[in-house]
Amino acid sequence: MNSVITAMNRLFRFYYDGFTTMSWWGKRVWIIILIKLFVLFFILKLFFFPDFLQKKYSTDEQKSEYVLDQLISK
Amino acid sequence: MFENVDLTLVDWSRAQFALTAIYHWLFVPLTLGLSFIVAIMETIYFKSGSEEWKRMTRFWMTLFGINFAIGVATGIILEFEFGTNWSNYSWFVGDIFGAPLAIEGILAFFLESTFVAVMFFGWNKVSKKFHLVSTWLVAVGANLSALWILVANAWMQNPVGMVFNPETARNEMVSFWQVLFNEVAVSKFLHTISSGFLLASMFVLGISAYYLLRKREYFLAKRSILIAGIFGLLSSLLVAYTGDTSARVLSKVQPVKFAAFEALYDGKQDAGLVAIGILKGSDRKIGEKEVNDFAFRIEIPGFLSVMTGGDRNTFVPGINDLVNGNASQGIMSVSDKIVRGKKVRDLLSDYKAARAGNDRQKADGISGMFRDKKFIDDYFRYFGYAFFGKPEDVVPNVKVSFYSFHLMVMLGFYFILVFVLALIFLYRGTLHKNRWFLWVSLCSILLPYVAGEIGWVLAEIGRQPWIIQNLMPVSAAVSQISSGSVITTFILFAVLFTVLLIAEISIMIRQIKLGPKH
Repeated sequence: MNSVITAMNRLFRFYYDGFTTMSWWGKRVWIIILIKLFVLFFILKLFFFPDFLQKKYSTDEQKSEYVLDQLISK
Repeated sequence: MFENVDLTLVDWSRAQFALTAIYHWLFVPLTLGLSFIVAIMETIYFKSGSEEWKRMTRFWMTLFGINFAIGVATGIILEFEFGTNWSNYSWFVGDIFGAPLAIEGILAFFLESTFVAVMFFGWNKVSKKFHLVSTWLVAVGANLSALWILVANAWMQNPVGMVFNPETARNEMVSFWQVLFNEVAVSKFLHTISSGFLLASMFVLGISAYYLLRKREYFLAKRSILIAGIFGLLSSLLVAYTGDTSARVLSKVQPVKFAAFEALYDGKQDAGLVAIGILKGSDRKIGEKEVNDFAFRIEIPGFLSVMTGGDRNTFVPGINDLVNGNASQGIMSVSDKIVRGKKVRDLLSDYKAARAGNDRQKADGISGMFRDKKFIDDYFRYFGYAFFGKPEDVVPNVKVSFYSFHLMVMLGFYFILVFVLALIFLYRGTLHKNRWFLWVSLCSILLPYVAGEIGWVLAEIGRQPWIIQNLMPVSAAVSQISSGSVITTFILFAVLFTVLLIAEISIMIRQIKLGPKH
């Protein structure tokens, strides 16, 4: 158990030291990554990219039916 | 039918996908290639213990890191688009597309959260050996990530290893290995990653040339040019070889696309490969589509036949043969394929009616036919043709295909020349004296990006009108959403990606100007 805690502690220190002693460019790109992920997942995905079939139908059977109709009628 | 489809929606959905894919591909190839160059440099540092090599490794690793970080997750947008803009397609492909993408996602997550962290945070914290292994694993892992994406793309170009289930309206994977070792996937993967290696080599060569022009960082510049020259030359030869292999595969699985590359309308034996050519309009037509003639061309006699079939007697079908059929060569016309595709569609209508009428026996009978090899080979493989009204609808944009292909090939030969010259000048010790070459190298950094992007334009425009070759055209794949919403997100993406690109370029230029000391 102690060895697991030590390993976890070392792992935490590894990332903590890495982030806190990061260079100028490292800090800049992390800011960009965080802004980008926010824009992608919290703005674009939520408001602009709903799953079309998921939004219209709740079950797989309904989705299958719809796509089959599309394949037959288009 | 096409009459029922809003082409504005299809065009904007395609344009949006193209925009995001093109931007995404600005980041990916440098990651693929630079990771290996950094790993090679670190290996030399590990073997030699030289601090100069360590400095070099860390410098190129910094540029790798900037590109990697800015590019991370840009590909996820493509997956958003599948669910929103291409829902019919996403449902129809079932787990075949999902499985490789899921593997890629898991691989990328573990790769990025562990070994990339060791690469950047691990200097002087982990052993030199473990650090080196991590760097190599990042290189191998990044390229394996690309494998799964390319496997998914290759399936769209040559759908194999699946059966269609009418009950779920989805394709179901029956052979993972057929999907993985799809001949298009193998050639596409090798061609794509080697083009990434080439691009990264040109990037290293160009930036090293910049230092020599500024009369600084001599050690780094010359050693980097040596690594980039050798790696770049080998990569560009591999690009040429795999390009040739890809073309041979395409001539089998996507013959219309292959004929469009060469603007070959009338098939023949002893067909020549156009080395350079200019197209012009003509009075001839295929249906309502204009046929392009050559205003000028230089041809390598018989080479196209040799390339596709191994000898000059090989018949290479032209667009006319493929659209109108050629009985003597055993080529079925598109009209016949449309008839077969429509039979499949009629069967699907019957299936739906049988299910609605609770005629389980009839529904099961029809469903079983979709698992029958003879039915698949004779009918289902032409299902997508049912969506066309005119045979010429299957012809892609010949001018774009032709010029993209020839520009890409010409650039490929140019890269070989640049790497050979770099190694010759380096060997003779005259690199810094040939300032013209240093300028050429610096200016050439952008050219592999151009070649890579037009390679994708060629692959994707050349296969139009298909989203899945022979099974589903783009018009049938698109979601019934408003084109206004697609235009809005198109503009959003254009802004977002441009900002990201400007950020990358400005941070990278700053680090390059600072050089390895910082």
